[in-house]
Parts: sequence; structure tokens; C-alpha cells
Amino acid sequence: MAGAGGGGNDVQWCFSQVKGAIDDDVAEADIISTVEFNHSGELLATGDKGGRVVIFQQDTENKSQPQCRSEYNVYSTFQSHEPEFDYLKSLEIEEKINKIRWLPQKNAAQFLLSTNDKTIKLWKISERDKRPEGYNLKEEDGRCRDSTTITTLRVPVFRPMDLMVEASPRRVFANAHTYHINSISVNSDNETYLSADDLRINLWHLEITDRSFNIVDIKPANMEELTEVITAAEFHPHQCNTFVYSSSKGTIRMCDMRASALCDKHSKLFEEPEDPSNRSFFSEIISSISDVKFSHSGRYMMTRDYLSVKIWDLNMENRPVETYQVHEYLRSKLCSLYENDCIFDKFECCWNGNDSVVMTGSYNNFFRMLDRTQRRDVTLEASRESSKPRQVLKPRRVCAGGKRKKDEISVDSLDFNKKILHTAWHPQENIIAVATTNNLYIFQEKVN
Amino acid sequence: SAPLRSETQDPNSNPVKTEEAKLKAKYPNLGQKPGGSDFLMKRLQKGQKYFDSGDYNMAKAKMKNKQLPAATGPEKSIVTGDHIPTPQDLPQRKSSLVTSKLVG
Repeated sequence: MAGAGGGGNDVQWCFSQVKGAIDDDVAEADIISTVEFNHSGELLATGDKGGRVVIFQQDTENKSQPQCRSEYNVYSTFQSHEPEFDYLKSLEIEEKINKIRWLPQKNAAQFLLSTNDKTIKLWKISERDKRPEGYNLKEEDGRCRDSTTITTLRVPVFRPMDLMVEASPRRVFANAHTYHINSISVNSDNETYLSADDLRINLWHLEITDRSFNIVDIKPANMEELTEVITAAEFHPHQCNTFVYSSSKGTIRMCDMRASALCDKHSKLFEEPEDPSNRSFFSEIISSISDVKFSHSGRYMMTRDYLSVKIWDLNMENRPVETYQVHEYLRSKLCSLYENDCIFDKFECCWNGNDSVVMTGSYNNFFRMLDRTQRRDVTLEASRESSKPRQVLKPRRVCAGGKRKKDEISVDSLDFNKKILHTAWHPQENIIAVATTNNLYIFQEKVN
Repeated sequence: SAPLRSETQDPNSNPVKTEEAKLKAKYPNLGQKPGGSDFLMKRLQKGQKYFDSGDYNMAKAKMKNKQLPAATGPEKSIVTGDHIPTPQDLPQRKSSLVTSKLVG
């Protein structure tokens, strides 16, 4: 069974489901901006540009039979954030959900943090399958009963009802970020979390909304001297005192909160030296890290920059232990990618359950699976054409130049508007969620 | 093992340098420090709209009972000259009340 969540190329991926509208006319609000499985993989949350969250739940009815595939169905949906205008700063605040992070489950309810550019919210998602009936002073529909007609007393009882899933905002963490929030990360202590914007990182307690501690501040005294911004941040999965943050200059800093209250001084600096002869106008832009993710083991971390994925051993700062090219053929297209702003696209990356394979998106609705143990990689495509039930995905090949072979697609034919920025991997099984602009694809390992 | 960043097949056919030359030919005034302040400042200022609450309130106070002239014409959001933008001039954004299409 797929329990180990391993294998990139001995695994064959099949189409399972696709969510979202088929039409090409995409409303801005429908653009998917984040995708995240919860810790068990039973729930899958998406956030969009319209500030809405949709949560899908894995259908566990047939899980005991290995032949059956589990499906994800809508569990809950709610409006998490609304557009705002800050009159004092003359700033329009988008409702787009930048990140969703689940809290580990402690009781029957599920909790997640969702954030837009300025405000983080803690949402409680709970099930209700019973309701009290038989009140004395009101009818079942809520109308008051005429007290003069009441002659006997009864004890209300709970009776089963159709399952209702309710989402309610339990905490609102606001007014702590001058700049735009790019990351949130729940600490392994399950009491605190961090939020990072372009220049600062704040530490919060999940119970306290009126205070947060600033733990990183890279704002220069003179803004003219600004040379880099924070692009992503994450807590270590097991060490509650450790977190990392990446920069637009391609560096990652690891900080230890035990060392001091303000972690401006890093405990480790991960940076790969660049050959000065390779320096170009594009160097810094393409080295900007768009995502950083610790491995489940906590021994490694992965970074995504414009053209590559790098795996770093936390014990080695001077270079990554593995580098994978995502779409090297774009190197000869950097001029037009700069002109159409695609060079600034922020791709995310993710690990599979046992850290043996990593995945990241690309253009033309392609996504890449990079197998670390077998040193092999494959390019797959999320498309409606390959979405027949249980259809096996065929590997795709891009032809960089010269003679194009049959079944290859040339670089010039790639659709740069079809970007896969957000992907997620089930924590235990070989089930992946891949977001195209406005559709969510779910692929599963082929079961014979 | 991981390829080193400095590896290139032939320094004379570096595709990135070719792309850089193309860009500089198109935009000769492109700044020397592409990753520097200008580019980052633009990123930090995302969402900035022209509305000054101080100007707005002072103008309102001066004019007492009179209404501030609102922006007219097709380009309501473009503000020029002595016109003080009012909250009504700003493009109003309402949240989407429609259910996500992912719900199907």
C-alpha cells in the first residue's frame, strides 16, 4: 500500500479529481492562492484571491479496501477575509489568502490559521450532528410559546440531525504588520506561531491577540539602503526554539530564539557562493527564494528559487547538498520573462511524507517530481485533457532548442499564463493536490 | 553530485548574458542595481493609493459646510492639481459574496 508515501518514478500518478470551473474566463476572485493538507491528510484546504477558504474532506468509507480510491469532497467553505482600505496609510488591503496553516488536532474541532497581507485569523471548524429539542418556552422553529398554554414541563433532549459543519473565527491577530505578510508557521510547541512580512517577523501566542513580539527586524534606518527583503519563514518541525527565514538575495538565516529576544543575529547563514563571472542583471532576481520548507525529519530544508530547487543539510551552510533544475530551458528566455513579470512568480515546493521526493510547479500547467533517492525526475501536466477517471499521467518533455521530437513541446509554445505555484502532498499517502490558476487537481498513486 | 553554480559549457555562449544584452538593448536606462532599492521599494508599496486623510480632513474643515468636489469624468480615480481626493473617489472594493467555484 502507499503508506510510506515514497517513490517518485516507480510511482505512476493517476488523475483522481478536479475541482473548479471549466470555462476559460477566470474571475480574479477564483484564483487559488494557497493549498494545504492538515496533519492527518484527511482535510485539504484552499484559499483564493477572493478571500474564501474551501475545505475538502477525504472520504474514508472505502479506505479499508486497497482497490478503492478515496475522494475529497467539500466539507466546509467560508469567507475568511474581506477587502479593506486603511485610510490612515492610504493603503488598499487585498482579501487574498496568502497562506493557510493547520494546527495539530487536539479535540473534535479542527483549527487553522489563514492570513492575508495584514491580518491573521484563527478559524475553528466544528461539526454539529445533534440539536436540542423539546424546549418549554419556544417552538422548534424558534417562535416563543404562549406561557399561558404551557401546562406541563419537559426536559429538552438532544436528537440527531443532518451533519452541519460550522466555521467560526476564534481569534483575529491584527495591526502587527506594516508590510505584507508572506508566511505564517505554527510552532511545534502548539502554543505560538510566527508571521513574517517583507521586513519583520513577529511571534504570537495563539491565545493572545493584543500583543505580539517582534523577533526579526531587517528594516534599515535609512530606506534608501534597503537591499533585501524577507520572502518566507518557517519554524523547525521539532525544535521549538529554531526557525529559518529566506531572503530576496538567495540566503537563508537560521535563528535560535534562546539566544536573544531579537533574533537579528542569525545562528546560521546558508548561502551558496556565486561565481562572479556568472553575474548578470538577472542573477539576484532569479536567486530570490520564493519558498522554504523543512523536511519532515527536521534534518534538511528545501528552498525554491526561480529556476531550481535546493536541498540543504542544516549542518552545512556553505552550499546545498542537492540542486535540481526545474526548468533550465527558461535561462534563454529571461529577457521576455522579465518583461512580462513572470520572472517574479513565486513558486512553492513540498516534500512527500518520508522526504524521499519533492515537488514543485512550473509553467504550462506542468509540475515536477524530483526523486532524491533514485536521482530521477519527471514532468507531469495538470490538464482537462488528461482527466479521465484513473487516467495515468504521461511524462512531458520540453525541447529547449533544435529539433523537436515527437511528443515534446517547444519552449516557445509554453503558456506562461498557466502557472502552477501551489502544490501539496498528503503527509502519509501518495496523494497530491495541484492548483492551476483556478482549478484544484487531485492525483493519486496508481493502484493495480 | 550537485552541479556547481559556476559551471557553464562555453563562456561565450552563456544564454543568460545573451538575455542580459537583449534587455539592455531594449532599455538602455535600466538601473545598475536591479535587485536594489527601486525594485524592492515597488514591492513594499503594493496597494498604495493616493488618498491623504490629513489633506482630506483639513480641506473639509476649511470648506465647512460646502461639499468637496468629487472627481468627475471617466477617469475618476486619477487625481490631479488642487483636487483633494475623497473616500468616494477611491475605487470601492466589495468582498465576493459568491461561493467559490471549487465547491461545484
